[in-house]
Amino acid sequence: MNRAALLVLADGRFPAGGHAHSGGAEEAVTSGRVRDVAGLREYCLGRLHTSGLVAAGLAAAAASGYDPLLLDEAADARTTGPALRHTSRRLGRQLLRAARAAWPCAELDALAGARPRGAHQSVVLGLTARRAGLTPLDAAHAAAYESVGGPVTATVRLLRLDPFDATAVLARLSADIDHVAAVAAEAARRVHTDGPAALPAASAPLLDIAAERHAIRPARLFAS
Amino acid sequence: MTHTAAPPAVIGVQATARILATRAGGGTALPVLTGDGPFDLRRARPQGDQARVCVLGVMSAPLGGDRLRIRATAERDAHLHVTTAAATIALRGPTTAHATYDVHLTVAEQASLHWLPQPLISTARSNLRQSCTVDVAPTARLLLREEIVLGRSGEPPGRLSTRLTVHRDGRPLLDQQTGYGPGAPGWDGPAIVAGHRAVGQILIVDPVLDRQPLRARLFGDDPATGQAVLTPLAGPAILITALAPDTLRLRRLLDAAHPIA
Repeated sequence: MNRAALLVLADGRFPAGGHAHSGGAEEAVTSGRVRDVAGLREYCLGRLHTSGLVAAGLAAAAASGYDPLLLDEAADARTTGPALRHTSRRLGRQLLRAARAAWPCAELDALAGARPRGAHQSVVLGLTARRAGLTPLDAAHAAAYESVGGPVTATVRLLRLDPFDATAVLARLSADIDHVAAVAAEAARRVHTDGPAALPAASAPLLDIAAERHAIRPARLFAS
Repeated sequence: MTHTAAPPAVIGVQATARILATRAGGGTALPVLTGDGPFDLRRARPQGDQARVCVLGVMSAPLGGDRLRIRATAERDAHLHVTTAAATIALRGPTTAHATYDVHLTVAEQASLHWLPQPLISTARSNLRQSCTVDVAPTARLLLREEIVLGRSGEPPGRLSTRLTVHRDGRPLLDQQTGYGPGAPGWDGPAIVAGHRAVGQILIVDPVLDRQPLRARLFGDDPATGQAVLTPLAGPAILITALAPDTLRLRRLLDAAHPIA
């Protein structure tokens, strides 16, 4: 058990490039679907229980020692749009660079060699957690938290929300984050016998449509 | 006094339909075409070398507790087209237990399968878990359409979970689960459907897409008429995802986005 490593990995200041991404929140704000704190909460709830759950499952499976290349393929099958696949791989590449400096090891080097253009972020996160001495449940927590932390931070800037209100959104989601992480870690236990089909595959139609719309917007603050 | 939980009683219909299409001479034969319970399978007029089957629902299904299964296989060089005669309506049954509706599709080398059922309607207080598992061979082609209506007019949907899992040559190509209604947090919010009541997809798997990949394209951007996106998957396949206020506008969007219509 190495709890401090989880704080380092989940810290927004960990230099993995996440600050340039809004997790789809910018497109939700631009198109008028998120206008206030209540909208942000609903957005985060939906994202957490769909793409957050999927990322948590993949991260937990990678942290449990399952083949990261099979998980990378499972992540592709769960990411239907090229914009989201591109973002996930770019974030994965940036995270891997930081992780190899923080926790150098042969496994992270091998993943970088096998996927030079970047492995999916959730898979890199899970493998990093493993090398940092964390558990699959820890990795799931980091992925689930990341799925809402980014949108909340971005929306504070986009809508000039009161940061106290925004932090309260995250705090009130903590029971949901715990639940999603537990479900993901439980699924990851079954991956060794049942394969990646045991992992969550929850999708959100609007996140998929909006990601492609955002990718072609000429003027935007965040890359995704 | 102690209370012990009663063992879960199986209430409801257990039914299976089987369709097997094989190559025969210049066309496609249907050596297996059987259905029990609510399933009544009818041969329709073939189109060229493509055999056509229509699944008639002779009773309201699925109700809570039902276990329904359809297996359709197009063997090597066979061409099969399957539709349903009417919408599938998930209703609350005699129990609050969930119903299951599992579809298994297999498409062999050089074969094609069109799976084009009428919409699935999730009514208030229904509870359905639907799955569609597809195995396609490297040279097989698949056209699959799925339309979901979230509640009849003016009512909320029941609990609905659907999972679409596609393997091509044994490798995962698409794995997607959707959840709506009670039990799916945030389902009606700005990340998932945001007030839309009709959700649809068209999946096309075709080896020709390896040589001529399509780029992502958007259709419609007015929440009043719906929106859709066509995306290439990480393989020779495209997925169209559409959201609309109702089935009529959903079908219009899907037709507009369908590149081979």
